[in-house]
Amino acid sequence: MTVIWTGMVVLSVVYGLWAGNGPAVAAAAVEGAGAAVELCITMAGVLCLWMGVMEVMKRSGLAQGLSRLLRPVLCRLYPGFKRDRETMDAISANVSANLLGLGNAATPLGIQAARRMAARTPGVASDSLCMLVVCNTASIQLIPTTVASVRLAAGCKTPFDILPAVWLASAVSVAVGILAAKVMARFWRGRE
Amino acid sequence: MMELCFQMVVPFTIMVVALWAMTRRVDVYGALCQGAGEGLGVLLKIIPAMVGLMTAVYMLRASGLLEAVGQLLAPVLARVGIPPEVVGLLLVRPVSGNAALGVGAELISTYGPDSAVGRTAAVMLGSTETTFYTIAVYFGAAGIHKTRYAVPAALCADVAAFLAAAWAVGLVFG
Repeated sequence: MTVIWTGMVVLSVVYGLWAGNGPAVAAAAVEGAGAAVELCITMAGVLCLWMGVMEVMKRSGLAQGLSRLLRPVLCRLYPGFKRDRETMDAISANVSANLLGLGNAATPLGIQAARRMAARTPGVASDSLCMLVVCNTASIQLIPTTVASVRLAAGCKTPFDILPAVWLASAVSVAVGILAAKVMARFWRGRE
Repeated sequence: MMELCFQMVVPFTIMVVALWAMTRRVDVYGALCQGAGEGLGVLLKIIPAMVGLMTAVYMLRASGLLEAVGQLLAPVLARVGIPPEVVGLLLVRPVSGNAALGVGAELISTYGPDSAVGRTAAVMLGSTETTFYTIAVYFGAAGIHKTRYAVPAALCADVAAFLAAAWAVGLVFG
């Protein structure tokens, strides 16, 4: 992350100066920091709410039920956590929320899984954690409601006719992401 | 009617979870508050990561580099079936969800929701996530600094989604 972050900053400053956008870059740096805190505050309520709902799901056995359903797939993706019931439960809840299109709920649930995974390798992303993040950056929602409402607003009569195309694209993207993570895990092994 | 169904997913999920837990004699409200309290701790850990990331993302967008790269890439991407109009969307998508939605909505209303460009933009928005935001949130909350191959692998998935979006629109709508 150090390399990526520093690279982004250096590229923006150098290109910004060269293209005559220096002042804009300067203003953006300050604005970005402020926007980050604002964004965190806007998501605070939803984050806390879904962490709470997850706790209820955990205590009532609902999380374990979901987890049993998704176990065959998830064990392949996260072999290191096969026997860790609580982590598997959190991942299952995260996947279910993603499928339902509850992006706001999926994040706190996924975070719980990520924190449990990180406890084993503090500070460094393990293969399982990389897989979790890649699966979450590649969207797997079945019904993209936000986009549908944008199309509806633009006067579309059948906003959901793009669904098959979205599913195809999502499936390809998730498959490529998982494949890339698996392949890269081999190359990066020495540095874990 | 369909709109209402989608709007009700969240409250309905919460209701079902609460009712189910009650039948299992769980202290629903106590569990909810405990979990929500933990959420607050997580939030505090995310803030530093978000500040770092958003600063870099805002600077990158202001520098105009993304547009320049877009102009360079447009002819190449046109070869693989991606309309040049959506190249801008493709570049902001991984770094900013709001900006991408803005660009996408404009494309959809300018070219029409049932045009090839409008559809491709919609499918791209629907089949991708704000990659850098997700990475910052997850790794921030988990206290990870060495992200190893997570970013390149996630970007592979994004590129695949963009190519697949153009391909799938062609396939489904001819």
